[in-house]
Order: sequence, then C-alpha cells, then structure tokens
Amino acid sequence: MESLELQKLSAKRTRRWAEEAIRLVLMLCALISVLVTGGIIYALVSESLGFFRRVPVWDFLTGTRWTPLLEPNSFGVLPLVAGSLMVMVGAAITALPAGTLTAIYLSEYASKRARSIIKPILEILAGIPTVVYGYFALTFVTPLLRTIIPSTEVFNAASASIVVGIMVLPMVASLCDDAFHAVPRSLRQAGFAMGATKSEVAMQVVFPAALSSVLASFILALSRAVGETMATTIAAGGTPKLTLNPTESIQTMAAYIVQVSLGDTPHGTLEYQTLFAVGLMLFAITLVMNLLARKILRRFQQKYE
Amino acid sequence: MSTHDENVIAVNKRQDALLRRRKAMSSLFAKLCWAFTWLAVIVLLVLIFHVSKQGIPWLNWDFLTNFPSRIPSKAGIMSALAGTLWMISITALLSVPIGVAAAIYLEEYARQDRLSRFIEVNISNLAGVPSIVYGLLGLAMFVRFAKLGNSVLAGSMTMTILILPVIIIASREAIRAVPVTIRQAAFALGATRWQTVSQHVLPAAIPGITTGVILAMSRAIGETAPLIMIGALTYVAFVPSSPMDGFTALPIQIFNWISRPQEEFHGLAAAGIIVLLAVLLLMNSVAIFIRHRFERKIEW
Repeated sequence: MESLELQKLSAKRTRRWAEEAIRLVLMLCALISVLVTGGIIYALVSESLGFFRRVPVWDFLTGTRWTPLLEPNSFGVLPLVAGSLMVMVGAAITALPAGTLTAIYLSEYASKRARSIIKPILEILAGIPTVVYGYFALTFVTPLLRTIIPSTEVFNAASASIVVGIMVLPMVASLCDDAFHAVPRSLRQAGFAMGATKSEVAMQVVFPAALSSVLASFILALSRAVGETMATTIAAGGTPKLTLNPTESIQTMAAYIVQVSLGDTPHGTLEYQTLFAVGLMLFAITLVMNLLARKILRRFQQKYE
Repeated sequence: MSTHDENVIAVNKRQDALLRRRKAMSSLFAKLCWAFTWLAVIVLLVLIFHVSKQGIPWLNWDFLTNFPSRIPSKAGIMSALAGTLWMISITALLSVPIGVAAAIYLEEYARQDRLSRFIEVNISNLAGVPSIVYGLLGLAMFVRFAKLGNSVLAGSMTMTILILPVIIIASREAIRAVPVTIRQAAFALGATRWQTVSQHVLPAAIPGITTGVILAMSRAIGETAPLIMIGALTYVAFVPSSPMDGFTALPIQIFNWISRPQEEFHGLAAAGIIVLLAVLLLMNSVAIFIRHRFERKIEW
C-alpha cells in the first residue's frame, strides 16, 4: 500500500516538473516576438550608425537630393519621403471616403444577402498579392491615365497611389464596419424616434459615435500605404525627386530599398548602409503612425452603457 | 382665417418642404453609399478580367513545366513554383509551432502583468511593420550574420517572423473562443493546465487556428519584398534540392517579368499571376472546407 502512495507522489512531482517545463517553453515562444522587435531595431540602428558616421544626420534629414549612387553623392532623404507621402495621400483620397461609405452601406443599409456577397469580395481584394496590384497599375491604370492626361509619364505616382488605395480600401471598410457595428442599436433607434432620416442617423449619430475607431482605422490604413513596396516599385518609378506632381515618376523609400537590393551591394559599403538608414526612416514613420492610431483608439473610445 | 391659422399653415408647409428635402438627401446618400460599395466589386472584376485577358494566351502546360528563359515563348515558372513550395513548407514547419505555442502561453498561462502586456503590445506593433523591414532584418541576421546566404532557409526564416504576429493573433482568437466552462470542467476533474489545454482547449480551437494559419500562409506566398531583400534570385533555372540552395518564388518571377519592357514578358507575368491566384484560391478553399468540416463536430 505504501509503495502505491509513493508512486503516486513521485508521479505527481514529475507531472508538476513537466508542467513547469512546458510553461517555460511556451513562454520562450512568446518572447520570440520581443526578440524579433529587438532584432529589427538592432539591425536597423547598428547599420545606420555606420551610415551616420559618414553622412551627417542633418544632411540626411533635410537634404533635397538623393543621389547615393551617382557622383557627386547627395544623401538627402526628403525626395524618398516625399515620394512615399505622395503615394500615401493619393491612397487616402482613393480609399478613405470610399471605404467609409462602403462601411456605412454594409452596416446601415445592406441586406444580409448583400453583406454575404460584399464582405467576401472585400476580403479577396485584401488578399490579392501586391505584385498583382503593381501589374494592374502598370498595365491598366497607367494607360488609362495617359488617355485622360496625355502628359502622364509611363511611371507615375498617381497610378501607384490609386492602386495602393484599392489595396487598402478593404481594410478601411472592414475596420469601420466593425466600429459601426459596435455602436448600440439603441442610439440609432433614439435617432429615428426623434424623426431623423436614415442618412441623418448614419452621419450624425453612428459616425460620430464610432469616430475614434474610424480615425484609428484611417491611420492604420495609411501606415500600410506608406510601407507598400511592390506596387510602387513596379508602377511609380525609380527617380527620387521632390515634386507635388502625381503624373511624374518618383521613388518611394521602399522602392529605393528594393532597387538597391536587386543590384550588387557588398556588405559594409555605404550603399549597403543606405538601405538600413532609409529602412530605419520607414520603420520610424510607420511605428509612429501605428502608435498614434492605438493612442487615439484608447483615449477617445466611446464607452457605451 | 385668423393669422394664427395662417401661421400654422405656413409653418406646416415649410416643415413639409424641409422634410421632403431631408428625405431626398437621405435617398441620395443611400445611393452614394451603394454606388461606392459596388464600385469596389467592379474594380475586382475589372482586375480579374484584365489579368485573365493578358495571361490566358500564355497559359499552357509548357508554361508550368519550363524554366524561365530569355525567349518568351520558352519561358516557364517551374523553378518559381518549386521555390515557393519549398519556402512555404519550411515556413509552415517553423512558424506554426512557435506561433501556436506563443498564443497558448498568452491565453492560458500568462498572468495579467506588465510582461504579458508588453508582449501583446509588441505583437500588435509587429503586425503593422512593413514587410520590407522584415526583409532588412532577414538580410542582416540570416543572410549576413548567420551566414545562410540567399538560401531557401534564410527566406523561410524571414517569412516565419513576418507571419508570426498574424498566426499568434489568429490563434489567440481561436483559443479565446473556446468557452471557459470547458476549462473549468477539466480543472474540476483534477486536470493539470497542460492536460486541459492539450486535450480540451486545443482540439476545440483547431478549426480557427487552421484557418488563421492558412491565411498567414497565403500572405507569405504573395510577399515579394522580403524575398528580394534576402537575395532570392530573379533568374533561376533549377529546382532547389536542399534548404541551403538558392531559389526563386512565384511573386519574384512575376516581378522580374513585369520589370522588362517587352510586351511578351508582361503577358508571361499575367500568366504567372493567374497561377499565383489559383494557388491562393486553392489554399483559401481548403481553409473554408476545414472550417466547415470541423465546426460541425463541436457542440457547446
């Protein structure tokens, strides 16, 4: 009888030890994500430090010419940032109004059947790889633009931003749809009870109530647009320039990184380091935008009873 | 009539006019929303139609089995397909265990303390990082530091960390959807935490986790930028035979063809896109099928 008790006790001890071991393994897996973030920051910063030892930070941040591969070298990153921002603004014009109106249609007007058709279509749009959008921009949107505005160059910012807008629209629509759904029905019913029309309820009751989520979704979508690589590489061109004209070719930060990677870049050269300096810039911009979106969400979240 | 009556009639007329205008605005607004929504649908149809029109003429059996070539009529995507398959297999092998394990830890084991909140914020930030930054990380860490070169392994490891946040977030949702009562019943019967998780929670969460994993894999298949960064070659005329071999992938081949000025290569790119979309469609159908198949078995 005693040996059975002892067996049970030792089995229990083994089980407890095994449980702790499992817990540790699982925790390590979760900590890998922290490791990844650390790795990103370390990789970007360490190579950029090498870059900034050769190029002053001030010149980098305020210079208006980006010619790192041609003599005389100039390392002002503003043309690249301007390129990315131009694509972002164009995508915003394309995606934000359309996405919000789509979300309003989905949450306020659409029948169950319509929803069941449109939501999967939006998911498909969101799941299409970005090379496909780049192809679409170059072979469909650009020729279309050139028939409307003949002076449009073959590579231009406009078709890239339109296509990035299409890419980002499902994200806006789905996030806003979730936000509108979270608004309790009682608020809408109160509006109707006061005699408001459906559009008045949508725009003056539901939309303001969900405003923080809507704004956060806008910023997240734009952050995605800034970081978009393939569509801009294929369609927007490879000429960094500081311009406000969307019919010209430009180069975004991400497109520059791709361009350099396609060529030969030995480790340790200034060229190699520009990759990481521009990458750091891109990472910083998208990080700030994501944090801002999260802050807006937390700070201004409406608490419904 | 008295002035009072006249006033009332005037006010009523005004309110009627106002109401008519408000109603007109409302129906106009409704039509506007409707128009923009179906515009999105039309855009998708236009895209598919355009790609098909350009690509179908180039789609044939030779295309699927040939290697890329400088001569458009002889070019094919065999190496790209093989490379993609290699890459996705290794990525799945690496990312699924780590991602699901992390999700289990965060949902079942972690206390609600600052460390776990830090990890959560970290993961949602990582989900928003552009894919090219992951490529830079892969370049610095796997290609250069770990000296893996531009191999399938380096590419897969980069892809793994790219989709890890997606898998973790999706798995967490799936695990969270399992009712608390299941866990409580197991505990009440004396099960340890791992027994509860492995024998009750996980099996119930498998459909959701599988769906999330397949969606993450779809994302990985379509990503180009990180693979370009780690040096996946754009002219590959062989099938990889080991994880350390060089490779190419479908999106990279498409990108390579579209970057050339000749029209024929654009047609080839379209054909490649059709193949890519077909692969994605297949994967997503499998995901939907799995979800339906397993959802029926569980009754809460």
